[in-house]
Amino acid sequence: MSDIYTLYNETVMDHFMNPRNLGDLADADGVGEVGAAACGDIMKISLKIKDGRIEDARFKTFGCGSAIASSSMATELIKGRSVQEALHFSNQDVIQALGGLPPVKIHCSVLAEEAIKAALDDYLKRHPAPAAPAAQPT
Amino acid sequence: MRRINLDHLATTPVLPEVWAAMQPFFSEAYGNPSSLHQEGLRAKDALAKARQQIATFIHAASPAEIFFTSGGTEAANLAIKGVAYASQRRGRHLVVSAVEHPAVLHSVEFIEQQGFTCTRVKVNAEGWVDPADVEAALTDQTILVAVQHVNHDLGTIQPVQEIGRLTAARGVPFFVDATASGGWIEIDVQAIGANLLSLAPHRFYGPKGVGVLYRNRKARLVPIQHGGAQEEGRRAGTENVPAIVGAGVAAELAGRALPERIAHTAQLQRRLWEGLQARVPYLRLSGPAPGLGRIATSLNVSTEFIEGEGQLLLCDLNGIAVASGSSCVSKSLKISHVLAAIGLDQALAQGNLILSLGRENTAEDVDYFLDTFVKIVAKLRAMSPMWDEFQRGAIDSVVAPRGSGQTSAAPAAGMAGTSHAH
Repeated sequence: MSDIYTLYNETVMDHFMNPRNLGDLADADGVGEVGAAACGDIMKISLKIKDGRIEDARFKTFGCGSAIASSSMATELIKGRSVQEALHFSNQDVIQALGGLPPVKIHCSVLAEEAIKAALDDYLKRHPAPAAPAAQPT
Repeated sequence: MRRINLDHLATTPVLPEVWAAMQPFFSEAYGNPSSLHQEGLRAKDALAKARQQIATFIHAASPAEIFFTSGGTEAANLAIKGVAYASQRRGRHLVVSAVEHPAVLHSVEFIEQQGFTCTRVKVNAEGWVDPADVEAALTDQTILVAVQHVNHDLGTIQPVQEIGRLTAARGVPFFVDATASGGWIEIDVQAIGANLLSLAPHRFYGPKGVGVLYRNRKARLVPIQHGGAQEEGRRAGTENVPAIVGAGVAAELAGRALPERIAHTAQLQRRLWEGLQARVPYLRLSGPAPGLGRIATSLNVSTEFIEGEGQLLLCDLNGIAVASGSSCVSKSLKISHVLAAIGLDQALAQGNLILSLGRENTAEDVDYFLDTFVKIVAKLRAMSPMWDEFQRGAIDSVVAPRGSGQTSAAPAAGMAGTSHAH
């Protein structure tokens, strides 16, 4: 065959075949696991956070090609962001960075967002934030 | 890259002999079989020959019992709706198995909206329909029983002959969907006692775009597509002559080569199953073990802790075509309704792969698949949080429980759909 036909675009296929940040972090500061085997997808994201910034991220995924690619891309995007920034992480960021997902696979990117939020929740629970500074009188 | 087809249940390549027989009927002998001139008569003669070849192939009493359609799906639609509409004054109840192909189940759902009722007979854990359950479902309102010859996902051979005997005794027409078995198991409509039977020639080296419905006089049938008087008024529309000619030749070749094809694939099926058992831990076969209860071409396996689409994609990128009944593979995002009907664990249903062999496969193909698949499983398990949890003892295996850790075991029923892509 001279042409290779693929189910997903080149970026998605690349992240599926060569996933970035695969694995766990032994001393993770926050771990989130979402999804269920019964639904076809489980995503687990581990974060290393220092001084309110995500230093490292790892994932493990039980799921289809786009689920693996979404979690791989999500970990790439989240690294280096502050916790505050990461709390606003959206599945649209994953879709955009992947150059699009088939409509029936959008939920994979949603799951990646949820896994990151779950890991951040875990971090915030373990590291309660100091009380927010009182509003400055104007 | 070398390509290996382990998805013969999806379709097969047209054999050179079949293609050669079809070719003249595109441009040279292009006539319409309904025309009364030379061109038309030649095409009509070609249809008659194909009808005879199909009749011989399935041991029909007469070629007049063979109707050509656009495919197996149309044949199933015609059988279900055509019989239901023809018999509705006698009764409005149908009996089908729960593991029929969507072409059957969705046809039934359609006529249920029009006031027909249907009993879906459950199957056992191997996907087998108990004839006693069919008998128990019959009422004096029953106008049709539909049970497949072989299950399209599992490869389970159904007891159609026993069911044919009991429907004949009650005078209820019996439709057998043989689209997954035609060309791979001997079909004798008279021995089965089928009043209707459908075939998909593209599953046995014929072309796509043509299907066959066998129907004998004991089943009343009205058309569901209206127009001209083609196919004895049962299926309007100009016939797809080249494809019908191809179907006839494919059937003749399949009939002649059947013992050889069965012996060939059975040997490869054994090699494949033994290899999988020896080399892939935590893998489960669905449907009967290779032998008398299963078609000699296919295996339906679920590999634990990983998902099916990833397996399929990595097989494909390594040159191997396979199918899967997992939800990620289906357009409806639901697992195969067949896997749900046999009560397969949900996670296992997600790890499903369907492998189907054919005449062109070799022992080297099987060995290459096994070598490749072992690596794919290792790669995907290394990515899987479930595999990790299993290694740490946090969860247990469903396939081979160690008795420690929680299992995620839950039957797949209730999450299934019937839109999966076969």
